Amino acid sequence: MTIKAYKRRLDIKDGCVDLSHGSGGRAMSQLISGLFYEALDNKWLRRGNDQSAFEVSGGRLVMTTDGYVVSPLFFPGGNIGSLAVHGTINDVAMAGARPLFLSAGFILEEGFALADLKRIADSMGDASRAAGVPVITGDTKVVERGKADGVFITTTGVGVVPDGLDLSAEKARPEDSVILSGTIGDHGVAVMSKRQNLAFETHILSDSAPLHGLVAVMVESGGQALRVMRDPTRGGLAATLNELAQQSNVGFRIAEEAVPVKPEVAAACDLLGLDPLYVANEGKLVAIVAPEAAKKVLAAMRAHPLGRDAAIIGKVIADDHNFVQMATSFGGGRIVDWLSGEQLPRIC
Amino acid sequence: MKHTDEYRDGRLARAVAVRITREADPAAEYHFMEFCGGHTHAISRYGIADLLPGNVRMIHGPGCPVCVLPVGRIDAAIHLAERPEVTLCTYGDLMRVPGSHGTSLLKAKAAGADIRMVYSTLDALRIAEAEADRQVVFFAIGFETTAPPTALAVKLAAAKKLANFTIYCNHVLTPPAIRNILESPDVRELGRVRIDGFIGPAHVSTVIGSQPYAFFAEEFEKPVVIAGFEPLDVMQAILMLVRQVNDGRCQVENQYARAVKPQGNEKAKAEVAEIFELRKSFEWRGLGHVPYSGLRLKEAYAAFDAERRFPIAAIEAHDNPACECGAILRGIKKPTGCKLFGTACTPETPMGSCMVSAEGACAAHWSYGRFRDREAL
Repeated sequence: MTIKAYKRRLDIKDGCVDLSHGSGGRAMSQLISGLFYEALDNKWLRRGNDQSAFEVSGGRLVMTTDGYVVSPLFFPGGNIGSLAVHGTINDVAMAGARPLFLSAGFILEEGFALADLKRIADSMGDASRAAGVPVITGDTKVVERGKADGVFITTTGVGVVPDGLDLSAEKARPEDSVILSGTIGDHGVAVMSKRQNLAFETHILSDSAPLHGLVAVMVESGGQALRVMRDPTRGGLAATLNELAQQSNVGFRIAEEAVPVKPEVAAACDLLGLDPLYVANEGKLVAIVAPEAAKKVLAAMRAHPLGRDAAIIGKVIADDHNFVQMATSFGGGRIVDWLSGEQLPRIC
Repeated sequence: MKHTDEYRDGRLARAVAVRITREADPAAEYHFMEFCGGHTHAISRYGIADLLPGNVRMIHGPGCPVCVLPVGRIDAAIHLAERPEVTLCTYGDLMRVPGSHGTSLLKAKAAGADIRMVYSTLDALRIAEAEADRQVVFFAIGFETTAPPTALAVKLAAAKKLANFTIYCNHVLTPPAIRNILESPDVRELGRVRIDGFIGPAHVSTVIGSQPYAFFAEEFEKPVVIAGFEPLDVMQAILMLVRQVNDGRCQVENQYARAVKPQGNEKAKAEVAEIFELRKSFEWRGLGHVPYSGLRLKEAYAAFDAERRFPIAAIEAHDNPACECGAILRGIKKPTGCKLFGTACTPETPMGSCMVSAEGACAAHWSYGRFRDREAL
């Protein structure tokens, strides 16, 4: 490490973030080297520059950025740190890309416990190592108490797209198959279950997970038959399908019976008056695939641990109104409309 | 999911649908009003209209608490929330209800008013206990179902001698509203609304029981079937109504016997009776002033009444003149009969209250059913 750690150790056990941790002085340097570098350690960070240089091979790069403001910061199955790694990796991966690197910007609220910050940074490090996508540059700012809510994190990701692949939201065509990679609503319900004013007993864990491994097997089996991929986060499956319908100027017809929902999630949603179709996911994807390749891609997905419950849930239809129609398991028909208003604020 | 999946079984639904189609006289028309927004939502959410023959038509009633709250009461709540000492606690679905001049609680909150969304009356009580320097007002709305928890909160506040907790009471009653609809000229004289029977409330009836509906069956000669909120409950209730009409019967039948007793929930009724008394009249959006249809706190609990603690002027506010919520709530018009529906008025930009709540007829049709209007769009 080229930066020497500040002599007095950080009091991670009992200490708090204070304004000096963002002032550019010794305390900030100590926080960065003593907490963030340790948690996220890699050869790029170790050089201690304000940026990191890396080699680029030929081909097309993708880049994405995402802010994380989830409340509560710790939820069953993850925390804001792991979420900030997975979420951005997934946005890169939805282009069919292999994610390469992440950056992380932290906005810390004065008074936030260093022990909690360490837990968050550590789980970020664990998530990024497990995914093989290092955080190679970052930034830390501190704001006065009351001007933020503990920690906000922004991560940016870059990745490289395999040759010949060009997934994009306007590419859905009538008769294409709609594949969902697994059960919906797990993340939203897990977060909801820990809301202060809403605590209810549940064993549901967030599905927060990096999807680039699953995407790689899909790209391998489907290649150019993959038209679009998107991860249904905020607004859930309903929002994603409505976005794609508009962007491709098509409609969807899906079957409620085909959409996998865990019984516990369905029960919790019933209790809270939510529809799982609108509840956020952090480890699921929707793929629009040319019909002739759908079965092959589905089989490849099911062979991957994150695609075990994958299912073809419907198909793309021609529709100038861009309706997402659903055959209810009860036997009727309905629209799955855009979410209106906030169903669950600050879910990611 | 045990205890709900049984009531959403598509195979059973199709079997009931076959019976409805077989038993409904093809030469007759059957127009049934579901009073409750919960039923409206289930009918739309599960696509029940697709399972019914063309001559069995459902008319959406006014049983959506958010929808029937008049603009003036929303305005008054906004004024209350704008008082610097007040923290207004509300259920989330009231946040977007339009007041007059494009205001809403959501906009007032963004502009700095201390408005907090809660999931129960007890959350509001906890806030009052924790923040003694704030005047916490709970925006109490709903039918007989939500009145008992409000009563409980007031009793607890009284027991704890909380000096900073009040309720802004907008609780309303179901039977006077049904009576108002049946007595309206639209139904009685002009024949603009044909109602051959009612699907009676689910949750409301768990509290008040099935007895209060006997009057409608006898006096107005309308069959009533109390039904649960699950889609199969609704289908079965429709079949029971078709049979009553075919037999020329006008009875109160209880499809929801697993939850509703004839006398209702005595304890809940006693709690409500202890805390609340009838208002001489209360204004409903769509129905106007309906005698003895609303609740207010009794004199003994006046200290917990926001309308007595704060100067709340009675605000006479009017809906957008083009908004047909009133006619829709009375069953005279369908959502698609309103010029604003889907143009100026959508769930994102609601002009009328029926477009706000998921239980509102307009929002339910817009969100779930508008693909059926594709030719008209």
